[in-house]
Amino acid sequence: MSQEVYIAGVGAISAIGNNVAQCLSSFEKELDGIDEITYLDTIHRFKLPVAEVKLSNKELAELTGVSAETSRTTLLSLAAAGEALSDSAISGISSYRTGFVSGNTVGSMDKSEDFFIDFIADNRKGKLRNVFDHECGSVTETVANLLGIKDYMTTISTACSSAANAIVHAAHLIKSDLLDIVIAGGTDALTKFTLNGFNTLMILDKNFCMPFDDNRQGLNLGEGAGYLVLISSKVAKNLNKAVYCKLSGYNNSNDAYHQTASSPEGTGPYLAMKKALEKSGLHPKDIDYINLHGTGTPNNDIAEGIAVKRLFDPVYPPMSSTKSFTGHSLGASGAIEAVFSVLAIRHGIIYPNLRFETRIQELPFEPEKRFLTGRAVHHVMSNSFGFGGNCTSLIFSEI
Amino acid sequence: MKIYIRSAACISPQKTFGEDSFLSLPVEYNETRLRAIEPDYTAFIDPKLLRRMSHIIKMGVAAAKDCLNKGKINMPGAIVTGTALGCLEDTVSFLSRMIELKEELLPPTAFIQSTHNTVGAQIALMLKCHEYNNTFVHKGISFESALLDAIMLLKMNEANNILVGGSDEMTDTSFTILTRLGLYRRWPVSNLSLFSTTSKGTIGGEGSVFFLLNDKTSAGNLAELKGVQTFYKPNNNAEIEHKIITFLALHEFQIDDIDLVITGKNGDLKNDLVYSELNLSILKNSALANYKHLCGEY
Repeated sequence: MSQEVYIAGVGAISAIGNNVAQCLSSFEKELDGIDEITYLDTIHRFKLPVAEVKLSNKELAELTGVSAETSRTTLLSLAAAGEALSDSAISGISSYRTGFVSGNTVGSMDKSEDFFIDFIADNRKGKLRNVFDHECGSVTETVANLLGIKDYMTTISTACSSAANAIVHAAHLIKSDLLDIVIAGGTDALTKFTLNGFNTLMILDKNFCMPFDDNRQGLNLGEGAGYLVLISSKVAKNLNKAVYCKLSGYNNSNDAYHQTASSPEGTGPYLAMKKALEKSGLHPKDIDYINLHGTGTPNNDIAEGIAVKRLFDPVYPPMSSTKSFTGHSLGASGAIEAVFSVLAIRHGIIYPNLRFETRIQELPFEPEKRFLTGRAVHHVMSNSFGFGGNCTSLIFSEI
Repeated sequence: MKIYIRSAACISPQKTFGEDSFLSLPVEYNETRLRAIEPDYTAFIDPKLLRRMSHIIKMGVAAAKDCLNKGKINMPGAIVTGTALGCLEDTVSFLSRMIELKEELLPPTAFIQSTHNTVGAQIALMLKCHEYNNTFVHKGISFESALLDAIMLLKMNEANNILVGGSDEMTDTSFTILTRLGLYRRWPVSNLSLFSTTSKGTIGGEGSVFFLLNDKTSAGNLAELKGVQTFYKPNNNAEIEHKIITFLALHEFQIDDIDLVITGKNGDLKNDLVYSELNLSILKNSALANYKHLCGEY
C-alpha cells in the first residue's frame, strides 16, 4: 500500500512547442505561444488572442500517422502520449500491466460543432462520423488503441483539473498494485464551444494574459496535451535509465462555494495544497517552486494567491504561471504543467511568469519574472483548479 | 478490509425511487425511449435552485441526497461520479444557440452547467463538502471507473463513507442522433418483450443511481461489495471465461458459488451474442437475470 510512484517519461504538445524539447527551448527564450486565431473558424478571430498549437490538423495527422479527419483532441493526445511512452524507454512493456488514464473537457467537440451546423438545419443531416466520437471516453479509447494499451483505460472530466485528477487516479492504481505502468495526463483542443463559453463569462483577456498581475483582465484559452508515464518501484528497478522524480504528494479537494467562481478565502485551493503537502510529508519551506494554476482571471488569481499566503507566509518559494506562455489548455493544463514541474526538477530550472508588472495589492509576494537555471529544485508543487470547485495539487520530488 | 454498501438510491424509468416498493410492478413502455420516472424534486432540492437545473443534475442531486438520507450520513468522505455523455441538455443548448446566433450575444448559464463534473460539483456545493470529488467519463464503464476509484480510496484509507454514482440523461437531440447511429430498434417495441424478438438495436434509457460505501459493519448495510473489474476487447470467449474465473478466484469464489448472474443483455443482436455463448459455457448452470429491458441502455 505504501508503494512509491515514479515518473519515467514525459510528453507535451502546447502552443510553445510540439514536443518537450521545443517547449523547453521556448521557455529559455521567454517566447510565449499566444497569437491571433489561425486554425479555429470563429467570429472572434483578430479579437481574442489564443494559444493554439502551431500545427494544422493535417500536420498533426502526419506527425502521428493517423487520418486528418480525426478529432484535434485525439491528435494532440496521441502526439503527447506517444512522446511520453517512447521517452520512458520501458523495454518489454507488454510484460507489465499497463493503463491509460486521460482527462479532457469536451471530447471531440471540434467535430460535433461541424455536425451540428447541418443537424440544426435538418435533423436528418450531418455526417454521423463527425458525432460518433463526441464522448470524452472515445478520445481516450482511440489513443489507447493506437498505443496498444488494453489492460485498463478510463477518462476523467473535472473541468480544468481533469488531467491532474487523471494523474491522481493513476497513482491510486499503482499504489493499489492493480497496474505497473500508467500513462496519465490530459488533452483538449481549442473549440468554438469553449471559446464562446468562456467569452460569455467575460473572463477572456482581449490582450495577452497577465497572470498574478494587479491589472490582470482574464485568461487566454490554449490547447494541447501532456502525459506522464507513472511506474511502480518494480518497473523502476528494471529501467535502463534514471527516472525523473517521484509523485510524492497529491490531493483533490472541493471549494464547494460556487459552480464557476472561487471562494474569497481560497478554501479549495488551500485544502488541496495543504493536504498534498501532508501526504508528501513535506513542509511549506521544502517547496522549491510552485507552478501556479494562475489563469489570469481576477477571481482565480486572488483566490489562489490568498490560499498560497495562508499556507506559505512568510517565506515564499519562487512561483509562476506558465499559462503566460501556453494559455489555459483546460483539461490538458494540469498535465502539461505537471510535465513542466517534472522538468524543473530534472534541469534545475524555474519558469518565468511573462508580462508581470504590478504586484496584486492584497498579496505580499510576486511571481518569478525571469527564466532561472542552475537552481536546486528538489520539490515542486503544481496546482490545477476548475469549475465545480474541483481543486487538485500535485507534488513532485527528486529521488 | 471489507467494503459495505450502506445505502442506495435509484431514479430510473421504473418505480425504483423513494417510497415505491422497488420494482414490484414493472412499467411497460411501447417505444424505444424510456424516460426516468420523476420524483418530487422539491423534497431534495431548494425550489430556487431547481429551476436552473437540467434534468441530469436534478436526477443526480436527488438520488445522491436520498442515498445519504437512507444511510443516515450528512457529509460523505468523497463524492465520485460517472457519466458517459454528461450534461447533454445544457451542452446541446449552448452549442445550438452558438450556431443559431452565430456566436453572438450568448447567455452563459448553459455553458456553466455543461461541464461533465456538474452533478458531482452540485452535490458538493449543496452539502458544502470539501472532500475528494472526481468524475469519470468513459463511455459504458464510467460508473465502473468511479466504483473502482471509490474502492481504492477506501482501501488506502483516503476516505470513508464514499458517495459513488452514475448518471446520464436522454434528450430529444441525443435520442435522434443515437437512433440515426443505429443504437435503437427501428420500430416500437415493448420493453417487457425486448428479448423475445431478435433484431439490431436496443432501447434507450436514462437515470441516476448512487451508493454509499463504507468499511463499517452495520445491521442496516445492504450488502458487502467484493470487487469490480473491467476488461477491454477480449480476443475470444476463452479469454473472457478466463478473466471471469480469475476475478472470482481473486475473491475466493468459484462460478458455482454465485447464486445469480445479472448480465448486460440489451436485445441487440450483436451485443447479446457473447452472453448467449457464455450462457452455454461458463454460465450454463447459473441462474441468470437481465435488467436493461427495465431501464433501457445508457
